[in-house]
Amino acid sequence: MARILLNDVRKSYAGNQVIHGIGIEIADGEFVVIVGPSGCGKSTLLRMVAGLEAISAGTIEIGGKVVNDLEPRQRDIAMVFQNYALYPHMSVRENMAYGLKIARMSKAEIAARVAKAATMLELEPYLDRKPRALSGGQRQRVAMGRALVREPAALLLDEPLSNLDAKLRVQMRLQIKEMHLRTGQTTLYVTHDQVEAMTLADRLIVMNKGVAEQIATPLEVYERPASEFVAGFIGSPAMNIFTVRAGDGGVTLPGDAVLPLPGVPRDGELRLGLRPEHLRLAQEGEAAIPVLLRSVERLGADAFGYGMIEGSEVPMVLRLPGTSRAERGDRIAVVPDPAHLHFFDPETGRRVEG
Amino acid sequence: MRRTVFPHKLLPWLLLAPQLAITLIFFYWPAGQAFRQSMLREDAFGLKSTFVGLANFRKVLGDPNYLNAVQVTAVFSALVALFAMAIALFLAVQAEKVIRGKGFYRTLMIWPYAVAPAIAGMLWLFMFNPSFGTLAWPLRQMGIHWNPLLDGDHAMILVVAAATWKQISYNFLFFVAGLQAIPRSLLEAAAIDGASRRHAFWTIVFPLLTPTTFFLLVVNTVYALFDTFGIIHAVTGGGPGKATETLVYKVYNDGFVNLIMGDSAAQSVILMIIVIALTAFQFRFIERRVHYG
Repeated sequence: MARILLNDVRKSYAGNQVIHGIGIEIADGEFVVIVGPSGCGKSTLLRMVAGLEAISAGTIEIGGKVVNDLEPRQRDIAMVFQNYALYPHMSVRENMAYGLKIARMSKAEIAARVAKAATMLELEPYLDRKPRALSGGQRQRVAMGRALVREPAALLLDEPLSNLDAKLRVQMRLQIKEMHLRTGQTTLYVTHDQVEAMTLADRLIVMNKGVAEQIATPLEVYERPASEFVAGFIGSPAMNIFTVRAGDGGVTLPGDAVLPLPGVPRDGELRLGLRPEHLRLAQEGEAAIPVLLRSVERLGADAFGYGMIEGSEVPMVLRLPGTSRAERGDRIAVVPDPAHLHFFDPETGRRVEG
Repeated sequence: MRRTVFPHKLLPWLLLAPQLAITLIFFYWPAGQAFRQSMLREDAFGLKSTFVGLANFRKVLGDPNYLNAVQVTAVFSALVALFAMAIALFLAVQAEKVIRGKGFYRTLMIWPYAVAPAIAGMLWLFMFNPSFGTLAWPLRQMGIHWNPLLDGDHAMILVVAAATWKQISYNFLFFVAGLQAIPRSLLEAAAIDGASRRHAFWTIVFPLLTPTTFFLLVVNTVYALFDTFGIIHAVTGGGPGKATETLVYKVYNDGFVNLIMGDSAAQSVILMIIVIALTAFQFRFIERRVHYG
């Protein structure tokens, strides 16, 4: 169990900076998810904590000890790899015991720990099998088991579920959550999947192009995204974001309709973000956003309408009731919920508060 | 695996024909000839031959010179296979660590393979000939008595070194490829599990290399048994005495120098049986320890 402290951590390859100063204090037992699109540097950051990548600047502390110059094996961490990295020539049991044997643990202790992990992960029937005789989900559990038996100070997971099919992914997600509740292990988890990020995390690091755009709880990230990037990345379907001209207690929409809005932070050009779930159908005669529907996807409980703001090419996604009769070509007027307005600076992309 | 179905019965045979022809002409036919000849005895002038059954085999197996050749071959082959593989593996592991000039380093390593065995032999002879060898002189200056022309052990060391040097390139190439096929993440996982580099090598890398190692063991054994003829011929000619006369060399000596065709043929048949038995043994007992990914 340990606290992890990242202090202005940077990474450059041949003078080309890819991680631009990330700082976070991860409390003992906290589950932190690093989320971002591919190539944003999230895996690199995790590998720096693991000791598989050198740290170009800044410090990383694990359990109160600066680990910058320590080898991975001296950092008291365990890691689950995206491709699981199971030793193909060893049985499940040997895979899990490998690290313990190196730590010169007694045979009885090794057997006890492996048995405990096998029970927890429902791997007992497979202990003597080789990895190639296991399914994807079983391999994933062996990789988890191999990390857990060592009872490390911190557990690092690098996209552990991305090689599984959708159904298994949901199952394993729940299992990981439950395991964390049970072991209380400090955990750092990398994913590009926002559902995993939102459901697992105590706190999120949303990364983009080597920058931590926002570090906050999932709900905060959803309710008050710190930047346009975060707003567009978290939430499904994605937030509608478009440029408006603010003034006179309202905004001019693309297509020149005027919408009175409370709490507009300043006059001039702004980017306005509206989540599909925070738009309601307008009443007769109410000032609203006119949307021309181009297609409707019916998912049963919900239906998603894809269209454009009338008189412009700006796309809009609407969340409609599953019973909605709306069709392609319809004109729908929607009104945003004034409690869920997001304004961003068109230059910097940062959130602008009212 | 995909099964290809040919529309025609003849086509697959036609496609196999060149390989079959080569095997027939260069293996089965000479092997059959050797087998026939091993049962015959020629008169002194080579004018007529008589069928003698297994007499040639009895004679060969009772010959102390032949038993000496068996012993020489065993020592020579074991040393060549061991050193050629161990050194090549070491160099391949080192080559993995090279960051700049990796390609250059590898190319240099592969060159000796392009040198013909007889020429490789001559190179080593020139370096270590006691009277004019470039490297024999400094050895003598250091007070090391060195004379492969008179001392059988020295001669053995010299042919083993030359044969090993020649084979390292080939092994190196396969080990490099084998090492590259091992996923990096396995070594990273081992590093996180607490394994030192040395420990990870012996517990992860080496076991995963066993398919390559096994293949090379078979190839190197056959190489040491047969392909080293040119080197031995150029460096020592089997001498001094019969200190470096391997089985293949003795087949050549008895058959083509001394023209005792029956004996020579019987020896080739025995040699063939030894190689078949050895390879079968390797596949039967050593391959069990191989982990095919």
